[in-house]
This record gives sequence, structure tokens and C-alpha cells, in this order.
Amino acid sequence: MNKIILTSLILLLLASCGKDNDDALGYIPTPAEIATPLLFQQLIPEAVIPEDNPQTEEGIALGKRLFYDKRLSLDNSISCASCHRPQEGFSDSRTVSIGVDGAPGTRNSMPLVNLAFNYFGNFNWDGSAATLEEQHETPITSPIEMHSTFADITAMVEADANYPLQFEQAFNVTNVTKTEVTKALAQFVRTMVSGDSKFDRHLLGEATLTPQEQNGLDVFLDETRGDCFHCHGSPTNPLWTDNIFHNNGLDTTFDDRGRGDFTGDPNQFGQFKSPSLRNLAYTAPYMHDGRFATLEEVVNHYSEGLVYSDTIDPLMKAVDVGGVALSETDKADLVAFLLSLSDPSFINNPAFLPSNNP
Amino acid sequence: MKKIALLFIALVSFLACDNDDETATPVVESVVSISFTQSFDGSPITANEFNAISYTNENGEQLSISRLRYLMSDIVLTDANGTEAVIGDYSLVDVGENSGVLLEAPMTFEPGEYTLSMRFGFSDADNTNAAYPDLNAASWGVPAPLGGGYHYMQMEGMYINSEDVNTNYQYHTIRAAENPGEAPTLTDTSIAINLGTLTIEGSVTIIEVNMNIEEWYKNPIVWDLNELYTMLMPNYEAQIMMNQNGQNVFNLGLVNSAIDN
Repeated sequence: MNKIILTSLILLLLASCGKDNDDALGYIPTPAEIATPLLFQQLIPEAVIPEDNPQTEEGIALGKRLFYDKRLSLDNSISCASCHRPQEGFSDSRTVSIGVDGAPGTRNSMPLVNLAFNYFGNFNWDGSAATLEEQHETPITSPIEMHSTFADITAMVEADANYPLQFEQAFNVTNVTKTEVTKALAQFVRTMVSGDSKFDRHLLGEATLTPQEQNGLDVFLDETRGDCFHCHGSPTNPLWTDNIFHNNGLDTTFDDRGRGDFTGDPNQFGQFKSPSLRNLAYTAPYMHDGRFATLEEVVNHYSEGLVYSDTIDPLMKAVDVGGVALSETDKADLVAFLLSLSDPSFINNPAFLPSNNP
Repeated sequence: MKKIALLFIALVSFLACDNDDETATPVVESVVSISFTQSFDGSPITANEFNAISYTNENGEQLSISRLRYLMSDIVLTDANGTEAVIGDYSLVDVGENSGVLLEAPMTFEPGEYTLSMRFGFSDADNTNAAYPDLNAASWGVPAPLGGGYHYMQMEGMYINSEDVNTNYQYHTIRAAENPGEAPTLTDTSIAINLGTLTIEGSVTIIEVNMNIEEWYKNPIVWDLNELYTMLMPNYEAQIMMNQNGQNVFNLGLVNSAIDN
């Protein structure tokens, strides 16, 4: 009993002591929620929000402004949106993106979609960024991308008419650093949720698949035909990716060793993250290097284009004959199904598009 | 400064209060964890051993393991009085990612004899389609034409086939589904496992549960990977055979206790 009374008294005193610091708190940003589609709520865990970077309306608005601000690049010529274009599913229709000095990148720009639901971290094609905050560092500073420095960016921010107040309101700071810049960008990117495709509505009983789309789904789920679900999920995984790394039989040797380049593990040479199958209607070209211009080429690869290498994923079937040899009907139907996972409301959502106000 | 002084007073008070309990008999309860390990005929297998074609199964095929994930459910310790304590409803063990390999019980245990039981995969009652968000996100589900629910195990790698060609295999176990499609006939092929009696003592007890992978290829059916290496999920007979070979795969390993002096 003595303990309980003592503990209560201490807790009360500590609570009252806390008021000493209230004056230093300043502006309190408004908490914001991730707009989570109903199917996501029903099927998968909640979005991953870091404890040290909660979503706020101010942080999201700031992140959006930064995302579209070309002053984040060395010569003010490109922004994040230059290589993650809204109408292209926040990806890039060019095989590889072009940096500020005209230098080509080495990989196709990954679509920005549903990244708040990546439970395993390991962002980028090779998983080289542990967090979404960290993910934003490389493109900003890479010589073949935006080629800027955070020192230049913070100087730009401090000289801007509106950024200082926006950072202060979002993060309660007057001295902006890389941390706040990447936190704001991450908050905005976390809002980019896509879950309103025709197939989503089909699952909710609001749309009907065509016979072609339905057969395409059957091919997708059939281990003896497409067997796509092991890496790309199924109707019970609305992310349409397993978010892990595979060598999907593209090459016998590797100019780009992917995951293996990052980890140094030879067993991971040629592995790249499974991309989500959402919004494929907008995100061509495909694969980590954008080698396939169309979905038909992608399907042909898995059907008869697989090649052996030491690290080929064991899920790749009939590699010695190039793949499972889908019929032409199954190929076409599979493409029809894949396109039903595209979500026009996502690429046209005003919340993700540039706004006129600073 | 006020806070520091208060905390100091509180600490002193707590230490003083401890004297109240001196007459109570101390009972050392044990924090219990289940450690899932794997081996191939005695050789331990972790992610470090992946990808090397260095194992030979009963039928003589050389093989590697590149991915190994399996689900254990209804993990229960039962004391001498028959009282059951559920350590975990389910755990997805991912050897490659080293996740799910150590399952800590949510409660502590008094010293004594216990029996340990669990199930490989989900029983039909628990194998509800889309019911587990973490498993959905891990793409652990089984497609509806095969009856839905969840995989029991994904064991994959490469073997050297009879024509001396390195060939991928996928040894996936699920609830057996006959006539896949709109209304498959399903057979519960999960495996109830009784691991026997063990002693819990000390402040920490770690109980090893080992999967002897060789058993999947050996007993009672000598598995021919040349015949059964791929597309096994819709193969009803193969799933039944996997269930038969899985009966003695799991064994109680070491039980390590930290004894306080």
C-alpha cells in the first residue's frame, strides 16, 4: 500500500513539473491519418508510421511542396516529381531517368505507391534504404540525380519567404536540417495510397470482372500457369508485392548486381525487389532497368524468356525451356487482369498533385 | 532539479519498501522461449547455409535450400495438472530473414515438468481465408481455387536432376485440395506434434524445436525430386505424401535453463 501511495504522489508531482516546459513547445501541428482503403483495413496491418515522424497536416503540406520544388536540385532544373511523375504512376516513362547534368541513371524509377505499408523496410530496387526518410537522401545528393547538397537546400529554405514558417509549424525548428527535409518528404510520400482499382471494387462487390480479366486472375493464381502470386501477392494481399528480393531470370550475368551490390552477398547478385503490380497501366517501362516497354513483353519473359544464373529464384519454373509456355489466350488475359489493378483516382488525386499555393 | 530530487526520494522509498516482502517465499518463475531450428540429418541449417548444393536426400539427389518459411500454430505448454498455457497462436518462421525463430511466451512458468505441443500449419478450424493481416502482408496466403487459407511451408532451392541439370524445386505444403477450382475438396494436412515432456527451471528456459529437413524426403516415402519438384500445391497426392513424411520431422532439441545461484 505504501508503494501505491508513493507512486501516485510522484506521478502527480511529475505531471505538474511538466508544465515548466510548456512555453517552449510552440506551435503544435495537427495530427493526420493515412487514408486507408477499406480492403487494406480488412486485410493487412496498419500503415507504418515512425514514432519520431508522425503524420501531420503541416508536415504533409511541406513535404508536398518540397516534392515539387526544383530548387532541391543543383541547377533548379528537376524536382522529385520530374522522375516520379504523377501521370506515370509516380514513376518515369523513360527507361532510366535523367539527372541534372544530363547523366542517365542506372535504373527505372520505382513507382511511389503504398510505401506506408512496406512493413519490412528495405526501400529501393536493392533495398538500400532502411526507412522512407533515408530513402530520400540518395536521390537529392546523387551526382546522376539531383546532385544537390543538404547545405544548399537548407540555405535555400532559410532564404525562402514561406519555408521557414512551414518548417517551424511542422517540426518546431528554426534551424532546418536534412532531418526535417527528409521527414517532410517521407510524410507526403506516405500519404500516396492507391486502393481504388477496378479489381478492388470487384472485391468489394462494386464491379464485375470481364471473362478475360477473370481468366487472367485464374492464370495469375494457378501454380501450373502464371504462378504470379508467390511474389506479387493475391487478392488477400492488396499491396500486390511481397516486398522482398528475387532474381527473376532476366540475365545470365549481371551488369547491375542489385541487392547483392548493396549487401555484398554473392547469393543476392541479380536480386531486385518485387514491385507492386498496382497502376501498371501508367508505369511502363517495366523491370528494374526498364527493359520491357509493354506488359506483353513482361509476360513473354516469364512464359518463355527465363534464363539461368546461379542465383535465379527457385520460384522461377521450367527455366531450362525458358518458362511455363503460357498460351496466347492466357497471356492476353493475364495482361487484362493486371491492368484491372490500375487506379485512375490515384494519379488524379489533387492531394498528390502540385498545388498553386506555396 | 526538483524532478531529480523527487526521483531520488522515490528510489530510496521503493528500496525501503522492499523490506515488506522479506517474509514471502521466493518463487523463481521462468521466462520461456521456443527456439525453432533446422537441420539436415544433423547439420544445422541457417541462412548462412543457404544456396549451396551440399545436401543429399534419401533418393540420392543433391540439393540446396534457398528459402525456408514455415508456420507453427497452437503452441502450448501443459503442466502436470493438465493446465494449458498458450505460448503462441501461430508463428511464421522465416529462416532466411531470421524472423520468427525465437518465440517468447507471454507468461512466466513455475518450475516443473511440462509437455510441449504444437501444430505444423493451421488446423482447418484456424485456416480461415484472409484472417491474419500479417500473413496476408507476407503473401503467405493460398489462392482461393486451392481452398484459400495459408501455406504451411515454403521450402525451395535447387537440385541436380537426373540429366545433371541444376533445377529449381518448390516443396510447398498446404491443405490438400482435390479438384482445384470453384469447389475443391479439402483435406486437413496440418500435423499435430507432441514433443514430449521437458523440465522448466531457473529464470530463463529456452526450448529448442528442431526440424530435420531430411525427413521430408525420407520417411515413410522416399521422395523422388525428379518426379515431384514443382507445382506441388495443386497436386493432391503429393500433399498427402508430404503430410505422411512430416509426421516425424519435428523433434524436441536442447532445453537450456539459466539457474540462479
